[in-house]
Amino acid sequence: MEITGLLSYGVFFATLAGIYAVLALGLNVQWGHTGLFNIGVAAFFAIGAYASAIFTTAPSDMHMGGFGMPFLIGIVAAMVCSGVIALLVGLITLNLRSDYLAIATIGIAEIIRLFLKNEGWLTNGVRGIPGIPKPLSGVIEGADELLFLGVVLAAMLVVYLALERGYRSPWGRVLRAVRENEDATRAAGKNILSFRLQGFVLGSMIMGLGGALYAHFTTFISPEAFDPMFATFLVWVMLIAGGSGNNRGAILGAFVIWAVWSGTEILTGMLPETMVTQAGALRVLLIGVLLQVILLLRPQGILPEKAPEVRGGMDGDTEKARGAGRGPSE
Amino acid sequence: MAELLQLLVYGIVLGSIITLGAIGVSLVFGILRFANFAHGDLMTVGAYFALVVANLQLSMWVAFPVAFLGTIGAALVIDRVLFRPLRRTAPVILLISSFGVALILRSLVQLIWGSANQVYEAGIQMPYVVMGLRIKPDQITIVLGAVVLVTALHLFLQNTKMGKAMRAMADNVDLARVTGIDTERVVVWTWVIAAGLAAAAGIFLGMDTRLHPVMGWKLLLPVFAAAILGGIGKPYGAIAGGLVIGIAQEFSTLFLSPAYKPAVAFGLMVVMLIVRPKGLMGGRG
Repeated sequence: MEITGLLSYGVFFATLAGIYAVLALGLNVQWGHTGLFNIGVAAFFAIGAYASAIFTTAPSDMHMGGFGMPFLIGIVAAMVCSGVIALLVGLITLNLRSDYLAIATIGIAEIIRLFLKNEGWLTNGVRGIPGIPKPLSGVIEGADELLFLGVVLAAMLVVYLALERGYRSPWGRVLRAVRENEDATRAAGKNILSFRLQGFVLGSMIMGLGGALYAHFTTFISPEAFDPMFATFLVWVMLIAGGSGNNRGAILGAFVIWAVWSGTEILTGMLPETMVTQAGALRVLLIGVLLQVILLLRPQGILPEKAPEVRGGMDGDTEKARGAGRGPSE
Repeated sequence: MAELLQLLVYGIVLGSIITLGAIGVSLVFGILRFANFAHGDLMTVGAYFALVVANLQLSMWVAFPVAFLGTIGAALVIDRVLFRPLRRTAPVILLISSFGVALILRSLVQLIWGSANQVYEAGIQMPYVVMGLRIKPDQITIVLGAVVLVTALHLFLQNTKMGKAMRAMADNVDLARVTGIDTERVVVWTWVIAAGLAAAAGIFLGMDTRLHPVMGWKLLLPVFAAAILGGIGKPYGAIAGGLVIGIAQEFSTLFLSPAYKPAVAFGLMVVMLIVRPKGLMGGRG
């Protein structure tokens, strides 16, 4: 491959990895920090993508809108829509034990998928929404993709910095307390449901942001793009591989697993012609096995969580107790 | 009226299949304390094991035991290799693992048997017409099969020592262990029953519709809904939950696009979680 081809593949790779990193950061707030089990990542991703698409495309008879708004308004719309849906789901399920939340989020993901597919007036159904504008297009001749990579990385950085700040704040400490020991946190006078809701909604809004970035990157979205289980699963593997609870781990995991995933494509590309239709299944199989290996051998991930020291507290001990055996207390 | 009764028949058939899945989910939850997301794909595996036998032109009487043994074997291997080492950690880690197992099983089915629709027997079955109701012979097999299996499970849980141990463990693991119950043996039996019923559910689903690598996964949501409706951890509740979900899904086609059938199961589940989180039979909250 010539150098320009390699370069443009690198930009393509980094853009998608960056979008996945945003999703993984969103999941990290929910699972890593607050201990909430969300298997509906794809739903919030899709809501964000569709919301931004509807707000920013030119007016069309095929779907609701478009309202021809600027990119930033699209982003805000994506985050608000994801947040509102998350709030509704959270109010119903966050008081229940984690398994119920998991089952409920999978139901939401399925319903959102059915809705996007069947409600043509809103989403143009299976035909999808074309012509989603790419921000900064044409500002510098021939550098559209590179500029958009900049947008994605900037968004990722902003989310990362905000989450790091939140994580180290008293607020972040309460989220971790909710995760570690619900009863003790309640005894300390904290409203458990309120903090869970905050973590869940914030994480879902970040996933919505990821969805919006994705829509503006591909400029065309259809329900097919959101194979619910697969998108969700990949983000989970990224977070667990990188180190749940650790924001830097979430980003690292996204890039590493995206590299592995892209690598399996090269691998299955070498298969004989007759096996081509099976390549997708083989790739999913490899990622599934990878997850199991990580869970068994290094459950804390590449970069394990390292909670900031608490003044006068027994730093160190709490982290050791954590690792894999973590999850919302029951 | 005839239309309603016809939908009721379809609902009972679908409900029987869902029930068989929901009992397994409920048992595993009661004893191992995690929602097994691989259960739907375990059904798929059972259905395809039976397909292997059916393709050899052998009768379904051979296919059933083969699929049972194959699926139980698969479940026991998965438990031994993946779930058992994780059992000491939080149950939610098991949930993540089972999610991965679901995808592994599905891609294996796709790799081995391909992703096209398949059937056990080619050709159309002529339905019996009873008082204006159309009932296919396969549908009678499904409902009768489910009744026999559920009755057998009932006798097992009530009358055998292992059945009692399972109920004790579902009620309180620590107490069960203190009274000298071999918990690992109970776990093995739990998988034997759950996977056996999953295989039956898969085969019945394949007889009622077609075989496809995502057939079981698509039924997972109604199965979970049924288990929650009946009170998760309570196998008897799962029977009621399964029938309610099956019938509700079929009746919903009167006023909703059939595409939204899974949404109906989910809606019922959400209502249940709000009104009575412990389920009809008062399962684990």
